Amino acid sequence: MIKRLSLFALVLAAMLPLAAFAEEGPETLEAHTHVNDQASLQRGATLFMNYCSGCHSLKYMRYSRLGEDLGLSEDEVAKNYIFTGAKPGEHITVAMNPTQAAAWLGKTPPDLSLEGRARGPDWIYTYLKSFYVDESRPMGWNNSLFPNASMPNVLWQLQGLQRPVMGKGADGQPHVESLKLAEKGSLDPEQYDQAARDISTFLQYVAEPAALQRESWGVWVILFMVVFTFLAYLLKHEYWRDVH
Amino acid sequence: MSSNGNILSRAANGAMAWVTERAPGLMPFYRKHMTEYYAPKNFNVLYYFGILASVMLVNQIVTGIFLTMHYKPSAAEAFASIEYIMRDVPGGWLIRYMHSTGASLFFIVVYLHMFRGLIYGSGKKPRELVWVLGMVIFLVLMAEAFMGYVLPWGNMSYWGAQVIINLFGAVPYVGTALTEWIRGDFVVADATLNRFFALHVVALPLVLLLLVVLHLGALHEVGSNNPDGVDIKKKKDAKGIPLDGIPFHPYYTVKDLFGTAAFLTIAAFIIFFEPTAGGVFLEHDNFVAANQLSTPEHIKPVWYFTPYYAMLRAIPNKLAGVMTMGGAVLIMFLVPWLDCSPVKSIRYRPLLSKVMIGLFVIAFVILGWLGSQAGSDMQKLTAQILTIFYFGFFLLMPIWSKMGKSKPVPDRVTMHD
Repeated sequence: MIKRLSLFALVLAAMLPLAAFAEEGPETLEAHTHVNDQASLQRGATLFMNYCSGCHSLKYMRYSRLGEDLGLSEDEVAKNYIFTGAKPGEHITVAMNPTQAAAWLGKTPPDLSLEGRARGPDWIYTYLKSFYVDESRPMGWNNSLFPNASMPNVLWQLQGLQRPVMGKGADGQPHVESLKLAEKGSLDPEQYDQAARDISTFLQYVAEPAALQRESWGVWVILFMVVFTFLAYLLKHEYWRDVH
Repeated sequence: MSSNGNILSRAANGAMAWVTERAPGLMPFYRKHMTEYYAPKNFNVLYYFGILASVMLVNQIVTGIFLTMHYKPSAAEAFASIEYIMRDVPGGWLIRYMHSTGASLFFIVVYLHMFRGLIYGSGKKPRELVWVLGMVIFLVLMAEAFMGYVLPWGNMSYWGAQVIINLFGAVPYVGTALTEWIRGDFVVADATLNRFFALHVVALPLVLLLLVVLHLGALHEVGSNNPDGVDIKKKKDAKGIPLDGIPFHPYYTVKDLFGTAAFLTIAAFIIFFEPTAGGVFLEHDNFVAANQLSTPEHIKPVWYFTPYYAMLRAIPNKLAGVMTMGGAVLIMFLVPWLDCSPVKSIRYRPLLSKVMIGLFVIAFVILGWLGSQAGSDMQKLTAQILTIFYFGFFLLMPIWSKMGKSKPVPDRVTMHD
């Protein structure tokens, strides 16, 4: 039995390099988000609705589902999150006309329903911390993770103003080496990190609301399967007595 | 018989007699394939992957049926309909993950099943037909998986389809016409999605089911091989039953019940706690809807096609690359004839054969990794060397499989647990 299991582990281990090396992309910070942290989700939802939802829709997400999963009553959702006059069962959309939005901002702000899966919470967290003042850009803002992003830093009052420390890259072109807080915001850096983390957690949840159910069901399914496997082993052992 | 027993067993016996009278071939068929199908008693853990492949096939068909109840095979609605299944259909996310993560598990199982066949010489005479039918299943499964991957209509689905269909454009003279005929349009579009849905949901599953029946039928004609490669039919008792054979039912049905349960425990762990396998089973770029105007940073197939994709990219010429990729799959059909070893099982083969098979597994895994990468010059060179090794492994098999001194094969199977 031990030999069999080790053989099985060996064949699985042969598949591992495929999984381990598949991740790539730009350098991001670790957000340390926990999608089960309901307080973080509530804070993230509040920040999103107040600072982001004017431009970014969550078109696959319903207000009512948000309330159920975040432990909020329909009234609380309506009072705190619905600014568009939508009914609780409706999707979270924006009122802005996409064509006009593109004219105003250079690009229509994308829907963020699945951003937590397409980019991931670490990327969102890093992005929200990477804005700096750049007078050469139309909005006066640039982003070191996503250079020349059309989006201005809508959280500047919370974060304050960051200015870049420039250096020369490997290709000889100037690039942003690090960012320095030049003017304080209403939150101190740790509080701002938490705010960015809360928004990342919220968008991670929005990208896969089923994640909450998934993990709580999973524990029971696996417990059942372990017991069932054990019983099946006993049955096999009983039958195979006469083979050995 | 009918005079004793309680009312239930009398009723059951009566019903059985009624059926037997009208279908006299039924019980002999059942006995031939279950209670009197004698399988070697020394199967090891690698022998679970056949039954596990059937379990995964059933899983894909059943979850697939439920997915079609809410999925919309149209370019305008497909992506949103998947999100509807993931969010608004009760339990929809579970069905979807069982299907999408299930596809990756299916390929893991199938690759291990093929690996087992390779190391124990399962395709060697008299089981060539079993091997060839298995390879046809693998080919159809690849087509089935490719078309299924297109259906969510994410951006990687879209551009993956574009790249793979364009490969047919390498065919001389008729290439362009052929790609348009496959797509039903000048680009991958609604018509392509709709026909891939038809093929994925109706045509190919029917073909797969038929092939699986033939694969099992061919196996039961000649009987199962085993990790010792010993022909159990050579030693029989007075009743003509192989001494090392045990009835498939109940011995292997209970054993497979255990193996399946253990496998499903691992599968459940992946489905419930890591369904995307960190972006390997479900890729990040496929959570962005298909967009004709925006190409993903680098287009790559799902992990189970990446070894072949690496070989395709290793060849600078398009037609030669396509032929290399196709050849890499087709050459495996010939293994029963390329393998000229006097013994079947790797247990009794000389060191050289063990080293060759070990290197082949390593090469295949590295090719898989290379196929998922952007492809630097160094990676391209590595892929070229490994492609040569891949073909060398098969084409020179008639030579290296005969070299060295194999160990004596015992008369009877050996038990190791």
